[in-house]
Amino acid sequence: MNFLDFEKPVAELIDQIEKQKLIGEKSKVDVSVAVRQLEIRLEETRRNLYSKLTPWQKVQLSRHPDRPYSLAYIQAITDSNFVELFGDRTVKDDKAIVGGLGSIDGQTVMFIGQQKGTTTKQRQYRNFGMANPEGYRKALRLMKLAEKFGKPVVTLIDTPGAYPGLEAEERGQGEAIARNLFEMARLKVPVVCIIIGEGASGGALGIGIGDRVFMLENTWYSVISPESCSSILWRSWDFKEKAAEVLKLTADDMLKNRLIDGIIKEPVGGAHSRPEEMFKRVKAEITKSLQELGALSTQTLVNQRIEKFCSMGVVGQSN
Amino acid sequence: MSWFQRIKEGITTSTNEKKETPEGLWYKCPSCKHIAPTKDHIARNYVCDQCGYHDRIGSQQYFEILFDDHQFTELDADMISLDPLEFTDTKKYSSRIKDTQKKTGFKDALRTGVGVVDGEPLVVACMDFGFIGGSMGSVVGEKIARGIDYSLKNKIPFMIISKSGGARMMEAAFSLMQMAKTSAKLTLLADAGIPYISLLTDPTTGGVTASYAMLGDVNIAEPKALIGFAGPRVVKETIGKDLPKGFQTAEFVLEHGFLDFIVDRRELKSKMAQLLRLFKN
Ligand SMILES: [Zn+2]
Repeated sequence: MNFLDFEKPVAELIDQIEKQKLIGEKSKVDVSVAVRQLEIRLEETRRNLYSKLTPWQKVQLSRHPDRPYSLAYIQAITDSNFVELFGDRTVKDDKAIVGGLGSIDGQTVMFIGQQKGTTTKQRQYRNFGMANPEGYRKALRLMKLAEKFGKPVVTLIDTPGAYPGLEAEERGQGEAIARNLFEMARLKVPVVCIIIGEGASGGALGIGIGDRVFMLENTWYSVISPESCSSILWRSWDFKEKAAEVLKLTADDMLKNRLIDGIIKEPVGGAHSRPEEMFKRVKAEITKSLQELGALSTQTLVNQRIEKFCSMGVVGQSN
Repeated sequence: MSWFQRIKEGITTSTNEKKETPEGLWYKCPSCKHIAPTKDHIARNYVCDQCGYHDRIGSQQYFEILFDDHQFTELDADMISLDPLEFTDTKKYSSRIKDTQKKTGFKDALRTGVGVVDGEPLVVACMDFGFIGGSMGSVVGEKIARGIDYSLKNKIPFMIISKSGGARMMEAAFSLMQMAKTSAKLTLLADAGIPYISLLTDPTTGGVTASYAMLGDVNIAEPKALIGFAGPRVVKETIGKDLPKGFQTAEFVLEHGFLDFIVDRRELKSKMAQLLRLFKN
């Protein structure tokens, strides 16, 4: 288990529980009462801690190394009835974006998501979830495939941003993202997007145009990361907490500003504390959304999607 | 240098306020140092006749260059940014808007003009870099959306002239969603079969590149314009070495297949008229 700095009280209690259990084993003394008390305190501490997280703490949670990533969700939601599909059919296969056909209780769905790695090697292999243009084009190819066969699309968003590399620029990172925004807006099948971790800027939006857009409780979604925002607006890296606040990037803020459609609650302690429970909740939300969206005609579906995004923004009139 | 700065300021004010330039002003090209009378420079659409350097200009100048007799109707001229997030960094966003409005005379970073180009009607949404780096916030998105509505209703081709550092951070996710909004709106133009021409000028980066600027039926750019998604500084930091010469210039982007052609500003109007007629007939 990895713990974030603000999770220290939780880590300490877990440590104490382990120690008590060890003592019990070694000395054959009954420690069950002490352990139970500690466990109650752990639950309370957790509930307390996670009910009043600051925006920056949520940003940290969204990047928690134990947090489940896209493929884990897909495998769980489809009960491993999933066939991964590779490649953009033009340049290569981008490992930062995964996708394929899977089944949710008999309904075939096209899953697409950014994928992060769990080990140092894996993280590099997945390019830390930062896609190149071919990743966005792979995603679009899969969406078009889904459209052709009338299958709904579910995207799982978790990226620190589109990759800002030299070859990414050569191969048109801007064009690739722009094309996805355009094509997703008019895709003729239902699209459900869920931010499961980091929702950084255009890199996230590039697979984020959906009829329903959800954020997990402890994720963030904005135009820039708090760190980069701090460095640009304050010309220093020290204002990331402040930046996380002013960007209004939490799920609550995003829902309040009507820039997303809903929030999926995480288990106390975050998605990684009880992944199975998290998968269940995400699956339930997908199922519910696809049922609602499946009842709409194609034209209504697309019109409503375009309408929704076109209504975003706040402007005034000068005197 | 200070002499040149003064002259530049002189040009900016004169073209903002009125069409005629005071006599006796000279323009010095920042690229080749060639000196020419300002009125000649303006007559050449702000392009150096020695080296072809394209001066950064704003919406007013582009409208005058493109539209017949300098005549156009501005749409949504009074639209302004609000401050939905009550954003404050080193300065309140609401004050930043007011100060910038006062300083530049612009309401926001984009203006929409309707007029005719050599007899061909056209809606032009043009960005102004002078307004918070031409950043894309709610006003930019909404003006583009309404410009597209005007194009749809009147069946007039649509053009966007981009010149922007990208998203407007002070509108955070609202700014991000303008990428989605403008791209979604452009699908309606596509469905209606109305041409959309995107002109990318120096600089066009970030969220603007990753949305409407790259979505033209025809994408064109001015010579040597900086065009990219990530800024050159960020790319340099990522790869940890110097960038190749000419990286992210219009010529580079053309060579990699993301532009249809590069147009010298002195030929912009005739090329546009030609294109519009080719689409129409
Ligand atoms: Zn020159």
